[in-house]
Amino acid sequence: MVNIRITNTNGTEQSIESKAGMSLMEALRGANIDGIVAECGGSMSCATCHVVVDTDWLTATGEISDMEDDMLDCTATDRDPGSRLSCQIELSEALDGLQISIPDNQF
Amino acid sequence: MGLIEGHLDVGAPEGVPIWDIDPYATDVLENPIEFYREMRAKGPFVYIPRYAILACARYAQTKEVFSDHERFVSSRGVGLVDFKQTTPWRPPSIILEVDPPEHTRVRRIMAKTLSPKVMREQASLLQSIADQMVAEVVAMGEIDGVADLAERYPTTVFPRILGLKKSNGRHLLDYGAMVFDAVGPDNEIRRASLSKGEDVVPWIMKQCERDNLIEGGLGAGIYTYADSGDISEKEAGLLVRSLLSAGVDTTVTGIGSLLYCLAENPEQFELLKDNPKLARSAFEEVLRYTAPVHSFFRTSAGDTEVSGIKIQENTKILCMLGAANRDEDHWPNADKYDVTRDVQGHLGMGAGIHGCVGQNLARAEVSAVLTAILAQVDKIEFTGTAKWRPGNSIRALASLPIKLTKKEA
Ligand code: HEM
Ligand code: FES
Repeated sequence: MVNIRITNTNGTEQSIESKAGMSLMEALRGANIDGIVAECGGSMSCATCHVVVDTDWLTATGEISDMEDDMLDCTATDRDPGSRLSCQIELSEALDGLQISIPDNQF
Repeated sequence: MGLIEGHLDVGAPEGVPIWDIDPYATDVLENPIEFYREMRAKGPFVYIPRYAILACARYAQTKEVFSDHERFVSSRGVGLVDFKQTTPWRPPSIILEVDPPEHTRVRRIMAKTLSPKVMREQASLLQSIADQMVAEVVAMGEIDGVADLAERYPTTVFPRILGLKKSNGRHLLDYGAMVFDAVGPDNEIRRASLSKGEDVVPWIMKQCERDNLIEGGLGAGIYTYADSGDISEKEAGLLVRSLLSAGVDTTVTGIGSLLYCLAENPEQFELLKDNPKLARSAFEEVLRYTAPVHSFFRTSAGDTEVSGIKIQENTKILCMLGAANRDEDHWPNADKYDVTRDVQGHLGMGAGIHGCVGQNLARAEVSAVLTAILAQVDKIEFTGTAKWRPGNSIRALASLPIKLTKKEA
């Protein structure tokens, strides 16, 4: 199991347990986390699955493709150094303890 | 091997039922739900001899074929014609009808042009025009939902956001119909749409030129990538053409079908009035339930296999997005419009790398209209029979007689 610690838009914190192998977006939606819209279902076409990863964890979440990089430049809430599209992060045991926060707006 | 409808006839794969039907017959296009059901029941694929194509209608295979851009390419056309065998009716789109790496280069530019950030900047404009237009139709009371709202709104806001110096709603609608009907066979529908080309095509191409775009609009924004050398001047023009091709008829259809769903399902409209936050997902459910783009093709780039079926190279595969969106094996109560459904994964906006790049704009437009309706309208009722317009790849209403009852202040 992969433990994910989440800071919500209203500042509250919670943690969820997810399975390795799914995307972070799927894990967050599966747990009904508010503020993850993810309308395109993970096709990297909507940029409404934006999360901010704690910078200590950023390397562990993997490479950012050129396409994701461009899309992060124009998300509804301005990009942060830790910004990622959650559909592009695959959960693995190496991400156990991952710390993220949910940006204010997705659209 | 002979050519049928501009592509090679590779024959039926082993184990695939042969179904002698015309998916482009007017009665099928006007009322496709039973046809979808029958096609899903026949198996993961059927072979349609009249057009020498494979077709898939179940969710799993439709999604697999439509989104696997390596095995099933778009560069040979998303219609019946195989660009490798036959010259297309217009120079191909440089985003819809190309594969990576060419696709990635231009897609990045279009994704930035139509991003959530850009839509957020346009939100108040979109909402104020929606509020005003909805107030006007509410005052009229009995309206044609298509002409009076569904066509009017996008043909008003889209040219503004794009920054067209000259606009002509009729030309925009006709060009959209040409592009989407050209995807199908050489039938009456396609010929009727393409026959309008003489007036419409030169007008469209003219509006795509740099000099005809207003500074600060999305169209002029695309030309800044030509200035920085990311694309050529000619490519910038073709990308503006892509916006004009795909950005109007689709959203017109989306708004018309939304009104239809609300009139058909008054209890869902009540739910929405109590909970306007559901507006965005209510539109997602419209996309699933009505599938404005009902089908597009892919072409197999090599011999391959899907769900145990061997598919030969050069096969044209009709991906029935509208049917996949109604597959009971994936969507419980698929034939029910339900705004509370978890609708993620529907194929109304496609899937994979070609997934609609204009989806954020489409959602911004339609949810502005729905938000205005929820604020001003108490009841939506049919006053006559809705008529569907047969289209080779778009399923849209031709007319929608409805009555809007004003909400008491
Ligand atoms: C309700 C509205 C809309 C629907 C249902 C819709 C549907 C679709 C679908 C199904 C595709 C995938 C095509 C494929 O994979 O072969 C697509 C792609 C595309 N759409 Fe939309 N669309 C809508 C609105 C828009 C708008 C408003 C624009 C432009 C402003 C737009 C521009 C495009 C473009 C350029 C592509 C090609 C993307 C690519 O190949 O990478 N669409 N759309
Ligand atoms: S879910 Fe659409 S970009 Fe991630």
